[in-house]
Amino acid sequence: MSMLRNFRLPTLVVLTVPALLAVSVAAGLAGAAPERFLTRPDTAEKPPNADGFLQRWLLLEPIRVDGQLTDSAVQADVKKEYFPDQLTVIAHDGDQVKVGAAELTWHAVETKDYNVNLYYFAHDLGKPTSNVLFWGVTIVNCPQDMPGVRLAVGSNAASVWWVNGKEVIGIYGDRQTVIDDGVSRRITLKKGANIVRCAVVNGGGATDFCARLLDSEDGPLKGFTVSAGDVKQP
Amino acid sequence: MNRIPCARPVLILTGLVAAWASPVFALDGEVRIHDPSTVIPCDGKFYTYGTGGSCLVSDDGWTWRRGERPSRRGLAPDVIHIDDRYYMYVAANIGAQPKAAVNMIWNKTLDPKSPDYKWEEGGVVASSDGEEFCNAIDPGVFRDPADGKLWLVYGSYFGYIRLVQLDPKTGKRVDPNDQPVNIAINCEASDLIFHDGWYYLLADHGSCCRGADSGYNIRVGRARKVTGPYLDNMGVGMLQGGGKLFLGSGGRVIGPGHFGLLDLGAGVQKFSCHYEADLDRGGASVLDIRPLLWKDGWPVAGDNFKEGTYEIESVRTGTALELAVEGVPVGGRRGRGEAGAQDGVIPSQDVAHVSTNWPAGAIDVRMANYLCQAQQKWAVTPVANAGGYLGSPYFKITIAGTDRTLAVGEDGELVALPAFSGADEQLWRLDQLADGTWRAMPKSAATAKEPLVLSAVGSSFATLSKFDPAGDKQRWLFKTP
Repeated sequence: MSMLRNFRLPTLVVLTVPALLAVSVAAGLAGAAPERFLTRPDTAEKPPNADGFLQRWLLLEPIRVDGQLTDSAVQADVKKEYFPDQLTVIAHDGDQVKVGAAELTWHAVETKDYNVNLYYFAHDLGKPTSNVLFWGVTIVNCPQDMPGVRLAVGSNAASVWWVNGKEVIGIYGDRQTVIDDGVSRRITLKKGANIVRCAVVNGGGATDFCARLLDSEDGPLKGFTVSAGDVKQP
Repeated sequence: MNRIPCARPVLILTGLVAAWASPVFALDGEVRIHDPSTVIPCDGKFYTYGTGGSCLVSDDGWTWRRGERPSRRGLAPDVIHIDDRYYMYVAANIGAQPKAAVNMIWNKTLDPKSPDYKWEEGGVVASSDGEEFCNAIDPGVFRDPADGKLWLVYGSYFGYIRLVQLDPKTGKRVDPNDQPVNIAINCEASDLIFHDGWYYLLADHGSCCRGADSGYNIRVGRARKVTGPYLDNMGVGMLQGGGKLFLGSGGRVIGPGHFGLLDLGAGVQKFSCHYEADLDRGGASVLDIRPLLWKDGWPVAGDNFKEGTYEIESVRTGTALELAVEGVPVGGRRGRGEAGAQDGVIPSQDVAHVSTNWPAGAIDVRMANYLCQAQQKWAVTPVANAGGYLGSPYFKITIAGTDRTLAVGEDGELVALPAFSGADEQLWRLDQLADGTWRAMPKSAATAKEPLVLSAVGSSFATLSKFDPAGDKQRWLFKTP
């Protein structure tokens, strides 16, 4: 983690108290998403943005881990079973899972930015942001088979990614969310629903991720939509 | 393969490879020639012709052998390919110097085994009468890419370098009565090239033909029009003896001369020349082929790749190629500041020690911030008897101190194999690009139908893709760790 992020953390906490109070009301609704950087999806599905970023996700409230970011530590974190079918489940907005003694909720979220801000997602729900693991999942709906595609991601900090159940990317160490940081080998998205899943491990400070799909020329893939399952309306 | 230890200072462009006293590789095989023509491809082979009718031929541009002499033998020929003809311009003294003439001969092929191989006489295209202030030898032929016009420059120390226009349909003078244009003086072995709106006249200063005592060096001036005026970097006209140094003696080779352009397309250019004396070949005059770079609007002589251990850094991302293994900090893990330091020098990482936990089989290749770790240091080594390309042999790229080899996997992606076998997927061609960065191309890339090159598709991931000269994805720096 960077020194800068450590120093800024208390300031962020002070600045966000009013917002935290506001969100705490909304958070009383099952599956309600924090509103600062993330909103609740208001349609069933949407295309990626102009740069190809996937902006709609289901996020599970953070799971406490020791926050070590080496290759082996992160792999151990993500391979540990926290809840049943964690690598295959397609959760629904408001679903809850039990991890240890904690009941954690899945939230359908949408970002207008290139990235999904996990720090404010957790912080505004009153959840920890340091030494945590976030699970995210989204559904990529393709009108036909799309070969030669790459998943391209960035994350703060380490992350591991799966497409249709196959691990395709692992980026480790303390790092920031950079566009097209980790890139998968060429994959084929099948006609219909394709499941993109991530696990982001944060040590401390800010945490977020971004993801998009690249075509055979390494440009943003077009011609598909993204959904986050059934969204419960408040 | 010949390895020539050399102490030549290496040009530093934008923080590129800075290496001294590292090995340099000249061409392999039979490379003795004097006043070579532009190296020219024909039916999958490369040809060059020298003074006295000598000919060298190569299948790959790296290993050369003697070829068949052309029908007309003379001084310092030059060759150009236009449509279905190869035109050769070759000079001869026809009396006491400076009485000379440039003859043209042409052929449909340069391959003596072809049924179409037959040299035809085309006649005299330029001459000097022994009285005028010009010596009509050392022709250089140039096709203007801007308008398709064909030109011939010629001359040798006695007076002017002159320019006449040729007919690209016949190779002959457009009008034999046209007065030649004087474009330089007191030089020889001239040649023209065009780049980014400028015409460049390259010609030799200094003396030839004295072995290791030859002061030959290649100079350049440029002009907006093909007819000049050609000025050097200081604004001195080449008609006043001006000329910016392009290439002089260095290391173990003395007296470069007779520039010839090899434009490989997609922004990749090389040049041929000879050295009057190669000290590692008994002082013989030999052929060489080197990268042609451009800096601030001037051509710069690049260097073929030198064996060594390097960080391989992407120009696009600034991250370095590495084995996808968990790195160990150099000197071990410690905190920040003084509390984290230890007394004395921290030695470089011992790959034998840190690699004990690496998987035994194939390992993925990725990119990361360079941290001086063992899995980020690559030994680049020429491979004997594996062929090569214009100017260089193929290289293997292994993690320094190990045999773990950068290769193209069956899926067309990069992989590090546990050992080098010599397969085509493990042989790398390294071309220096015009800006001094490098392009890395495997000899074979699995089932790919076209040449692919090392490409930084992301900050942490490299792949192979078609070369795009417009971007930085496929430009790499080889930095000395």
